[in-house]
Amino acid sequence: MASSETAVAAGQRARGLAPFLRSQMRNIAPFLTLIFLSGFFAFASPSFATLDNLGNILTQVSVTGIIAVGLTFVILCAEIDLSIASIANVTGIAVAYFTLQESYVNIPNIPLPGAAAILMAILLCAALGLVNALGLTVIGIPSFIMTLAMMQIAAGISAMLVRGQIAYKVPGLITTLGSGSIGGIPWIVIVAAIMLLGGHLVLTYTRFGRYVYMVGGNREAAEYSGLNVKLILGAVMVISAVCSGIGGMLGVAHFGSAQQNEFDTYLLDSIAAVVVGGTSLFGGRGGIGNTIVGLFVLGVLNNGLDHVNIDSFLKILIRGLILLAALVINVYAQRLREKAVD
Amino acid sequence: MREDRSPILELQGITKSFGGVEALRGVDFALHPGEIHGLVGENGAGKSTLMKIIAGVHSEFSGRFLIDGKETHFRSARDAHAAGIAMVHQELSVAPDLTVAENVFLGNQPTNRLGLVQWRRMAREAGEQLARFGIDVDPMSRLGDLPIGLQQLIEIARVLFSGARIVILDEPTSALSPPEVERLFATLRRLREEGTAIVFISHFIEDILLVSDMVTVFRNGRKVAETPSTATSKGALIEAMIGRGGEALEHSYSDDLMLPQPSDSSVILKVDQLSLARSLKDISFEARAGEVLGIYGFMGCGQQELSRILFGKLQPDSGTLAVGGTPKTFASTAAARRAGVALVPESRRAMLFHQEPVYKNISISILDRISSLLLKPAQERDIAQRQVEQLQIRPPVVGLDLGMLSGGNQQKVALAKWLTYPPKLLVLCEPTRGMDVGAKNDVINIVRDLRAKGLAIIVLSTEPETVLSLADRILVLKRGALVREFKNEPVSKDRLLEAA
Ligand SMILES: Nc1ncnc2c1ncn2[C@@H]1O[C@H](COP(=O)(O)OP(=O)(O)OP(=O)(O)O)[C@@H](O)[C@H]1O
Ligand SMILES: [Mg+2]
Repeated sequence: MASSETAVAAGQRARGLAPFLRSQMRNIAPFLTLIFLSGFFAFASPSFATLDNLGNILTQVSVTGIIAVGLTFVILCAEIDLSIASIANVTGIAVAYFTLQESYVNIPNIPLPGAAAILMAILLCAALGLVNALGLTVIGIPSFIMTLAMMQIAAGISAMLVRGQIAYKVPGLITTLGSGSIGGIPWIVIVAAIMLLGGHLVLTYTRFGRYVYMVGGNREAAEYSGLNVKLILGAVMVISAVCSGIGGMLGVAHFGSAQQNEFDTYLLDSIAAVVVGGTSLFGGRGGIGNTIVGLFVLGVLNNGLDHVNIDSFLKILIRGLILLAALVINVYAQRLREKAVD
Repeated sequence: MREDRSPILELQGITKSFGGVEALRGVDFALHPGEIHGLVGENGAGKSTLMKIIAGVHSEFSGRFLIDGKETHFRSARDAHAAGIAMVHQELSVAPDLTVAENVFLGNQPTNRLGLVQWRRMAREAGEQLARFGIDVDPMSRLGDLPIGLQQLIEIARVLFSGARIVILDEPTSALSPPEVERLFATLRRLREEGTAIVFISHFIEDILLVSDMVTVFRNGRKVAETPSTATSKGALIEAMIGRGGEALEHSYSDDLMLPQPSDSSVILKVDQLSLARSLKDISFEARAGEVLGIYGFMGCGQQELSRILFGKLQPDSGTLAVGGTPKTFASTAAARRAGVALVPESRRAMLFHQEPVYKNISISILDRISSLLLKPAQERDIAQRQVEQLQIRPPVVGLDLGMLSGGNQQKVALAKWLTYPPKLLVLCEPTRGMDVGAKNDVINIVRDLRAKGLAIIVLSTEPETVLSLADRILVLKRGALVREFKNEPVSKDRLLEAA
């Protein structure tokens, strides 16, 4: 028995690089993409590879990063959340709505103390996440449809709150975290880093994290193992909404204003970060580490394109093509892995 | 057998390893037209691996591969298919979300000149094909909604009628009840007359002896015997497979077996007037501590539904369950597990995580017992290692991905996940399906052990042997109703079949 164990261990080592690389394709490809893009932009523009610009990139991906933490949980469960950007928007607006605005802002709002305003905003996004969760698990609406509806609902609430106006003030704590910095490092980068780290720790070291992977890997088997699959799916929807809400509040402080449709690009960016990073759309594979790489790929791409001289309309197309390439790799990596196990 | 004809397929010195594990070592194998070739061997002996090489699934191996005397190398299952080789895999490989008709025609649906699928024609032809095989089912129903045995039959029918010259059946009968097995054998014999070469893998040695012309025995990746089936016996084959003098291991159960006095220990499960749509009618029974209750019936008799209701996966239309408490039904599998119920379903795919290591598969159901918030991987591995050793799962490496284990060993893992903290009620569906004689014997011993510990155990099976080898009391389920109870009386395979 012992001898066969060592034989297997030796075998895994001796297995050769090719099959190993094949099974790790989902982790390697995004990393190579990142290195390639960084190298390309560093070569194409002298202003790209500077410490200052690294700071820019980090700041630019922070809001996306915060939202993507929760989305990673959702995609690991083989679900999707299309309401993230809308929920971010409505939460950012809500925190401003509960803050005393300057007299020229013409919104009939309800000013509260800072802590209460933040609490109300968090409660709002958690409640919207709960509605997503109930729709998905109790009624059985596919997450794609449920969160599409929520996207509209959250946008509707945003519209009702600001009525086409713009609010500027948010509680002091949010202002600091969103636009302040400490020792030259923007707080928003620190918050994003802490949340990403937290997400990673939960997914890797907690029982809940294991359940997320198992439910994503084979939902039927999770159910036959006696796991409370609905509870786990519900929880990831709420986590996603709360992460979006936090991203929204800090985002509003970061941009300096709260208004309708302010976060529209974040839906695509967040999904792209998770998927480009290599987390499987079929669930069960990937994690925060992948999301971080995906964030950097997007950040480098968005930032780098500003440093080189190309048509700004072409940039949109290029982003689309890169996303397509990542999706192809994502699906392809899944197949390769299945083949490696077969 | 038919030495006069040259082989249609010839393999020489086939060696295949997965990483460092040698699954096949220098195997020679020949197959003649009009021959049914039986393959036996312990779990993990390499049977499926060899067949997957023939069917083009594994394309990397060493050795010579000849078809019609010409050296060939398949790069994919598609190549093999084009060469006239079709295989029914051990793991059901149907598309549950497609219709029955689409599954029958998977990959070559009839189309009209515009390339559009001719649905009506496809449904009609699929229906005809299945009817020829004695299957009466609506070709437009969703395959995943049918019982697993019927799905397996449909997959077999698809392969048998695909017109292939070489047909490989990897444990095709494991989910079938005796009448279907009969029908399958009749069809195999007809195909043999037409000159098809057939490979038939099974752990039912009697079936192998009954239907095949040649028998090949595998052990540890080597071919250890090849004889005409008329020149060997069950005892000799078992001995070649596992080395010990093994006749005692496999009982034939054709003689009467005396069931013991029913136990009067405490009632663990009380089922009261359970009904479910068209599947179950007014089912009432009890299961007691320290007793193994067998529930026997043909495929589709409602066993599957009953087991799902016991574990909270399905909710009945009416009726209640009581597990050491007030009567109710379980709203979810989590509720059933908390109440002390465990289920091992008949389909491995349904309860295992193929891309996760063995230890995570074993620990998943007991994680809440060993950790509240943080995982304890070392402890998980320890627990898994103990189970792997106790059940003799091969290879005994808990870090290996589950998908790398042979079919029978996966089945053992499915059982292992419930054994660390034994439940009050253990429901086993086809617990020995896909297991070799030695492993079956291990399962029998494990179940007896658990019974001695005071668990109530329910064994549901469509194989009379499984029920007979395990149960203290037997209920017979027929078209959703309990029709007979055997207790404290003689019972045999024939009596069971008669009652069902
Ligand atoms: N994809 C794979 N990766 C690694 N090892 C594998 C793989 N497939 C099979 N093996 C190993 O090869 C050996 C032979 O497996 P195989 O599936 O051929 O057994 P088998 O004779 O069909 O057994 P069973 O009766 O249990 O189905 C086993 O030790 C198994 O663990
Ligand atoms: Mg096999």
